[in-house]
Amino acid sequence: MALSLLAGDVQADRSVPPTGFTARLTLFTATAMALLAVFALALSLAAGRLATRWSDELSQSATLRISAPAEQMDAQVAAALELLRTTPGVASARALDSEEEQALLTPWFGPELPLDALAIPRLIEVVEEGRGFDATGLRARLQAEVPGAVLDDHTRWRAPLVAAAGRLRGMGALALLLIGAATATMITLAAHSALSANAQVIRVLRLVGARDAYIARAFVRRFTLRALAGAGLGTVLGGLLVALLPGGGDDSGSVLTGIRFAGAQWLWLLTIPPLAAVVAFGATRLAARRMLERQS
Amino acid sequence: MIELRDVAYSYGGGELFSGLSLSLAPGSFHFLTGPSGAGKTTLLKLCYGDLVPTSGEVAFWGEATTGMARDALALNRRRIGVVHQDCQFLDHLPLAENVALPLTVAGRHHEAAAYLPDLLGWVGLTRHAERRPPELSGGERQRAALARAVIMSPEVIIADEPTGNIDWEMSQRLLSLLVELNRMGKAVLIATHDLNLIRAAKAQVSVRTLRLKDRQLIAAGADL
Repeated sequence: MALSLLAGDVQADRSVPPTGFTARLTLFTATAMALLAVFALALSLAAGRLATRWSDELSQSATLRISAPAEQMDAQVAAALELLRTTPGVASARALDSEEEQALLTPWFGPELPLDALAIPRLIEVVEEGRGFDATGLRARLQAEVPGAVLDDHTRWRAPLVAAAGRLRGMGALALLLIGAATATMITLAAHSALSANAQVIRVLRLVGARDAYIARAFVRRFTLRALAGAGLGTVLGGLLVALLPGGGDDSGSVLTGIRFAGAQWLWLLTIPPLAAVVAFGATRLAARRMLERQS
Repeated sequence: MIELRDVAYSYGGGELFSGLSLSLAPGSFHFLTGPSGAGKTTLLKLCYGDLVPTSGEVAFWGEATTGMARDALALNRRRIGVVHQDCQFLDHLPLAENVALPLTVAGRHHEAAAYLPDLLGWVGLTRHAERRPPELSGGERQRAALARAVIMSPEVIIADEPTGNIDWEMSQRLLSLLVELNRMGKAVLIATHDLNLIRAAKAQVSVRTLRLKDRQLIAAGADL
């Protein structure tokens, strides 16, 4: 069907006069909607990548914070490290040195912070392996053996972040659906306009024995090809604009700086023009059938 | 081939005609006359399925048109050549393509080359083949409409005032073409005010003249 649609019937196509206004409207609509679809797709994919990365990275790590009197600090840190070494699901555990802790606090207190003079808790970075450790069991053991230790497995703030990214991805998908619906609506209106403007053409074609399918085909093919061309143009423009967006590098953790297509995700763009053509085909066919039925 | 059985037709509130029956058999030649506004054009439109009767039944080759699928109606129309009073064309196409349109929509465009030159010659439009319909005079448009109506060699030819805008010589030529087609077994129905045309036809073939008056269809051949 797609091939016969592309090949077309030159004689049937000639039956319908070229209509400047509806041609421009369809082309413009398809271009604009494809451009928006590229942005919505980029946003959706970026949000998806971010959600996955946050989920993966944060679910694979945890932090142990040890608050203890200065004279007990080293002993508790050593005890915690030993406990973690024997905990299933823990790949490695490492106490942050004073320089790393200084670096963590610098954004809030400046570089001149006298770390030695303050009762700053010691931090242990825990890297998980496999399906991770049993947080409840670990907390119970820590309570018994390292009383000053508090385990933070990031669940508390990971969940809303991942949920937010997921919602952002859902909004991108919803935007794509709305763009498809708006495209269908605009093309339907343009097709209605073209069919109404060509009422006499339809009347003459019917007089000489043209079937509805013959009459509809010329309109449907014309609108489908216009939508394909417009969406192709919009997709290329959208792709270029996305490629030119300032990015934050591959390690970027922000949605705003991460709106781009990564690797094979560029291939998604190839689906936009054919999908626009399918939407135009369906919308014009339905409009033509209804219109021809009404005019009979 | 085409049968109207006890047909009535109403416009808005008024009844144009009722209880009307007509049969267009193979090889028949009918003229339809009557005063302006009597419903001649409406009756012709009922005959080629452009209108649906208010009551009664229209049948194409034995099949009632009421409830007939639009595709089936379209296929039946290919067997009926129609010359409209207002001669509608596709104004963006050259005359030759307009005349060949019935072949084109039937998927037989390749046959146009075989018929078009002779047909355009018959109606005296050879040198206008590439002109667009709006560039033609009323008479030229009528001749083109007749050429379009007969290019598929239809079984029935229905014409509404086909000689209204053309001179006597050309109307005789067109009549000769219709008579020729009638002798080949085609049914012909022509609505006209032109009594000379009817008399000229009577001299060549057996013609039945019908008169639409006072909402009834009556035979009017004897007084012509």
